[in-house]
Amino acid sequence: MKPRMAEALRPFLAVIGARYRMLLQYRAAAFAGFGTQLFWGAIKLMILAAFYGVASSEPPMSMTQIIAYVWLGQALFALLPWNVDPEIWEKMRTGSVAYELLRPLDLYAFWFASTVAFKTASATLRMIPMVLTCVFVLPLVGLPEWALPPPASQLSLLMFLLALGATILLTTAITMVLHMALFWTLSGRGFNAIMYGLVGFFSGLIVPLPLLPDWLQGMLYWQPFRGLADVPFRIYSGSIAPAEAGFEILLQLGWTAVMIVLGYTVYWYARSRLVVQGG
Amino acid sequence: MAELRNALALYARMAGISIRGQMQYRISFLLTSLGQFVTTGVEILGIWALFDRFGDLPDWTLPQVAFFYGVVNVAFSFTDALARGFDLFGTEFVKTGEFDRLLLRPRSTVLQLAGHEFVLHRVGRLLQGLLVLGWAISALEIDWNVWRGAMLAYTLAAGFVFFYALVIFQATLAFWTIESLEIMNTLSYGGVEAAQYPLAIYHRYFRQLFTYFIPLGCVSYFPVLAILGVDDPLGSTRTFQVLAPCAGFAFFGVALQFWRYGVRHYTSTGS
Repeated sequence: MKPRMAEALRPFLAVIGARYRMLLQYRAAAFAGFGTQLFWGAIKLMILAAFYGVASSEPPMSMTQIIAYVWLGQALFALLPWNVDPEIWEKMRTGSVAYELLRPLDLYAFWFASTVAFKTASATLRMIPMVLTCVFVLPLVGLPEWALPPPASQLSLLMFLLALGATILLTTAITMVLHMALFWTLSGRGFNAIMYGLVGFFSGLIVPLPLLPDWLQGMLYWQPFRGLADVPFRIYSGSIAPAEAGFEILLQLGWTAVMIVLGYTVYWYARSRLVVQGG
Repeated sequence: MAELRNALALYARMAGISIRGQMQYRISFLLTSLGQFVTTGVEILGIWALFDRFGDLPDWTLPQVAFFYGVVNVAFSFTDALARGFDLFGTEFVKTGEFDRLLLRPRSTVLQLAGHEFVLHRVGRLLQGLLVLGWAISALEIDWNVWRGAMLAYTLAAGFVFFYALVIFQATLAFWTIESLEIMNTLSYGGVEAAQYPLAIYHRYFRQLFTYFIPLGCVSYFPVLAILGVDDPLGSTRTFQVLAPCAGFAFFGVALQFWRYGVRHYTSTGS
């Protein structure tokens, strides 16, 4: 049983490895992204600090927790489902998806693996210099109060890492819904445009979700994008206690399951009535 | 003079062709415009949420910040629509060797690239910027007169050329780097993000960077203070605020010089 399982997994591991090596070639782009994220994070923090300076009542998160939230958001920016994989878009557009369908593998599972690599490779490349800068460089240049604070506790760190794993699955499952919808629209550009606003706002990247009006919090709690940023970042800083983190991670996984079912249904439906473009 | 008129006519023709081309895909145009509207519009929701949670900033109210936001978004939407040729320059012209063909034509490279594409769906950003600006104007009870109106138009024009200059700088760098450098996007998109709030709330280093080195503050913060008729917490004089947008035009001039320098040093990638 065991060796057969390893045999079945091998193509997926191979595609993940190949994608990783390919994306690591784009170091210059990653470096530029790092600069952008650093600049963006600094602006966000200065704006939030200005507001915290005038807070008359106790805000729902401390400034230290906000700093962790903003820097983690910038470090893991590339992980969020902003865009479709240009390679898959190209396959849909040119019709070479027909060859993909001929492979003796389930296309959804195959692309899922490839999408995990697509999301994590670009994220790790940008994350490492960001974290190093926020932890070590900022204190060295005389800005220790702006540095990325350590996690609230060891348990928080452990739960954060688990939540981050769930975030990777969730972001992949959402991106896969977009990929499968490409069977219908062929226009990835429209998705990229809409997703940026949607994901940015509802994940907490534009404004940390707890700072949004109280009357919106109920609605914000029950939506999938929260699991992309808000949940792991607040677990890290202790804004969500480790005891509650378990349920939050289950919620992330629940949303992942919903997105997988949605993506797979679209795929199932599309496969039965596929029109391949081009000749 | 005749030459300029000819250039403008040619530009109008190129823009017209580009617009007609995009109108062939009407649904796509509507959807991407809507995407632009939503994507750039969520920022104002974020600003509103922070004011809702914390109340006014020491020197600034929500309508004032909305005015800063509107000005910079309207100015940038014009650049974003009209500077596409320079924006894509590295990837589509230098890397492919396509720039050689532009050099062979009896028209300036700047004109050809400016006319490369008129990106219609940027109307999404323009619309939301105008809406926010309109709301700010009605909420602020400014005493409008000819001078204030002219000042607003002059500020928007300066903002437009300032951002255009940033895109030209980015394009020129591609002569050496071949690929388009994303790092300049930090300054254009990041600049828009930063200028949505008054410059005074940022750290001293940022303020200096965006006043003397990259004159973003000169095309947004300072002239807007003069329009709003409020005193600068940083202490600039009214004369300085009125003259500041000139720095945007000067910056554009420098960018054009840098572009000419780049063109002279262009070596084709061949193939």
